[in-house]
Amino acid sequence: MDKFEIVNLSRRDFLKAGAGLTLGIVAPGAFAQGGPGQAGGTAVAAGAFAPNAFVLIGSDNAVTVIVKHLEMGQGTYTGLPTLVAEELDADWSQIRVEGAPADASRYNNLFFGQMQGTGGSTALANSYEQMRKAGAAARAMLVSAAAERWNVGPESITVARGVVTHQPSDRKATFGQLAADVAKLPVPQEVKLKDAKDFVYIGRRAPRTDARAKSTGTAVFTQDVKLPGMLTALVAHPPRFGAKVKSFDAAGAKAVKGVVDVVAIPQGVAVLANDFWSAKKGRDALGVDWDETEAFKLGSNEIMAEYKRLAATPGLPARREGDVGAAFASAARTLEAAYEFPYLAHACMEPMNCVVQLAADGCEIWNGEQFQSIDQGAVALALGLKPEQVKLNMLYAGGSFGRRANPHADYVVEAAAIAKATGGRAPVKLVWTREDDMRAGYYRPMYFHTLKAGLDAQGNIVAWQHRIVGQSILAGTAFEGMMVKDGVDATSVEGAANLPYAIPNLGVELHSPKMGVPVQWWRSVGSTHTAFSTETFLDELAAAARKDPYQLRRTLLAKHPRHRAALELAATEADWTLPLQPIRSGDRRGRGIAVHESFNTVVAQVAEVTVRPDGEFRVDRVMCAVDCGVAVNPDVIRAQMESGIAYGLTAAKYGAITLKDGAVEQSNFHDYMPLRLAEMPRVGVYIVRSAEKPTGVGEPSTPVIAPAVANAIFAATGKRVRSLPIKI
Amino acid sequence: MITLNVNGKRMQTDADPDTPLLWVLRDHLYMTGTKYGCGMALCGACTVHLNGEPARSCSTTVGAAAKRQITTIEGIGATKEGKAVQEAWIANDVPQCGYCQSGQIMSAAALLAKVKRPTDAEVEAAMSGNVCRCGTYNRIRAAIRAAARNVK
Ligand code: FES
Ligand code: FES
Repeated sequence: MDKFEIVNLSRRDFLKAGAGLTLGIVAPGAFAQGGPGQAGGTAVAAGAFAPNAFVLIGSDNAVTVIVKHLEMGQGTYTGLPTLVAEELDADWSQIRVEGAPADASRYNNLFFGQMQGTGGSTALANSYEQMRKAGAAARAMLVSAAAERWNVGPESITVARGVVTHQPSDRKATFGQLAADVAKLPVPQEVKLKDAKDFVYIGRRAPRTDARAKSTGTAVFTQDVKLPGMLTALVAHPPRFGAKVKSFDAAGAKAVKGVVDVVAIPQGVAVLANDFWSAKKGRDALGVDWDETEAFKLGSNEIMAEYKRLAATPGLPARREGDVGAAFASAARTLEAAYEFPYLAHACMEPMNCVVQLAADGCEIWNGEQFQSIDQGAVALALGLKPEQVKLNMLYAGGSFGRRANPHADYVVEAAAIAKATGGRAPVKLVWTREDDMRAGYYRPMYFHTLKAGLDAQGNIVAWQHRIVGQSILAGTAFEGMMVKDGVDATSVEGAANLPYAIPNLGVELHSPKMGVPVQWWRSVGSTHTAFSTETFLDELAAAARKDPYQLRRTLLAKHPRHRAALELAATEADWTLPLQPIRSGDRRGRGIAVHESFNTVVAQVAEVTVRPDGEFRVDRVMCAVDCGVAVNPDVIRAQMESGIAYGLTAAKYGAITLKDGAVEQSNFHDYMPLRLAEMPRVGVYIVRSAEKPTGVGEPSTPVIAPAVANAIFAATGKRVRSLPIKI
Repeated sequence: MITLNVNGKRMQTDADPDTPLLWVLRDHLYMTGTKYGCGMALCGACTVHLNGEPARSCSTTVGAAAKRQITTIEGIGATKEGKAVQEAWIANDVPQCGYCQSGQIMSAAALLAKVKRPTDAEVEAAMSGNVCRCGTYNRIRAAIRAAARNVK
């Protein structure tokens, strides 16, 4: 799993493989995205050496780290270089960052087999040893070069903060001064990694490498790419999923100044213009007749009614422990609850977009590139190329939350289709408006859950029956064979099928009805709904048994020390046992707790909520504890916990994509509302000390906030929330 | 031809007067720091200053902007508030994906130019039009406080 090949690439080979330095047409440094000490990137200096596919050291003393994962806000361009800098003993100010090209033989995600891509909160976790070894190999070579130059034993040489030193003779050299010598050396195949006690970067705050570029407007996103002769394309998409173009009238569009062409593509009708606004006006003037015979025409209400009907029948088993039927038969009392979850859009700040340029021998793409292997394959198929003829440039992404790792490469293929339909005569930038983005589907699926539990006379939970109804995300994708077992899509039941609580008789079942609405993973995937139903239902059981919801969880988690430690940390920091005081008369306040594991990271949160007399509520404070193994960059972890809370709270308060007769009702931020600054709770993040390998932090805080808030609302009002978004 | 004053420089464009200033900045003048997020004055990603006042460039026509002094993220560092805000943003590691941050910084700089030590409520009001889907809000608060202290 952690094996990788080390070769000493010459600088020329490196650049060939690394590609992309040809990009800087309007924006120099678009590819070399930045470093702690600079706004943009710089070209690689002469005399550079590249001990492996991840590190390049230039004679100008710059250490360029090639990051194989997308920077979409989660801090990859800081976290992965931290690992290299640690083992290389570089100075943080030397570090530059470049996005890796598409090349799964070198840049595959070690947790995804042969695939290159970012997702499932794996970027740091799968790179932890790989990047450290890359840094350690480079360090060993610098030491060898210095030893040779000074004619001393390598063991007498030390490296610290970017300086190689031979203490006895008081000689020093920078990495840059040694770079040319190092380029001639063989790469060590075995390297020794540091002991945790010797870490100088891991566990401390290293400033983000992208903060300056992103604070000065110089960071380059796909939206900012400008190639010579490039046309901007807007696409008229069908009003319902599954509809197709019957006919269109391009005359009005073509009469708009700046519009260059109008072409039909499988996804709709594309209007190409010299700039966005002309393309937009052209699209507004376009007449399209849609063939809706195959279109999906159900509304959300009808879908939910169908799900409820299904939930009354047994589903496919996802987990079975003990004898659930017998346990219910002998239970002193039973409780039941049902939960409804809407479709959710990702609504990244940067709507989807993609730049494609066709060439005689392939095509080149600029994108907030998250899923190289899938995108290469899908574009190759659409254009009749081989995957390796599809060159991908990975730019900063203005958010993703899962969206850009589309298993069908939807918007990337759409951009390629436009380039193809126009015969590749100019580079094309496909831009989706916010409305296009909101209505394009690939939502977090709608779900309906039923939960039933049996309590014995002492209030102990003796039986638990969980039934989940909702579309399969993986059906029909390349992952179906791997992650759908006996009809059960692992992403539909994660968080429910692995419920950690000690309940002797437990059943989890799944129905995966087919609907014509495209669905996809959304930050924390299955946990977005399973954490809510399980953690609020457990709260109901605690209340029914007159037990403290925190203490009940603690008891049931005796065999799960990581859950328990995170839970205890959050409860302690929140002063769980102290009563909350209302701030204004008429206000009711409550505290709620939830704990959940996703992507091998455990997060526990205590939310404090104020409910006003009119039923409006605000979340005042969240105490968030996280166990993510070794805390490589505590500040990035804190940022991701806050980010997940904001994202999850947005969905809990407002998030719902609804359909009427198959048409999406929402279009922009007025009817798909985001959380705003005034609504953001104060957040305290507490990291459980751990020496285990790091696990991901991009997603796991997201699913915990909604149940914590719902439980707090119950504590304040006595009302249970069983449907999202929350209405009191 | 429309003549604009952008960051103290005279610039010319042949865009129609009804074109939103945002697209003139981005597509005609190649100043891409100002971002598109919604096109409906709902998200603030496109915030610029017109005569020092924050404005949503997606909903301001270039014709209407022609008579005013336009400041964008590319030029805000030349003001003392803008500089202090940008440095505070970097020191606090505010950006995540970064796509909203040009607009956030423009709104924050406009606030500090008007109010030296804004209260929490003033910060909330001034920043209410700026969405951050990455949820960097608490760092934005902290960075505005730090910048207010550091404006020279
Ligand atoms: S793009 Fe102007 S406010 Fe959103
Ligand atoms: S930093 Fe990503 S939207 Fe604000």
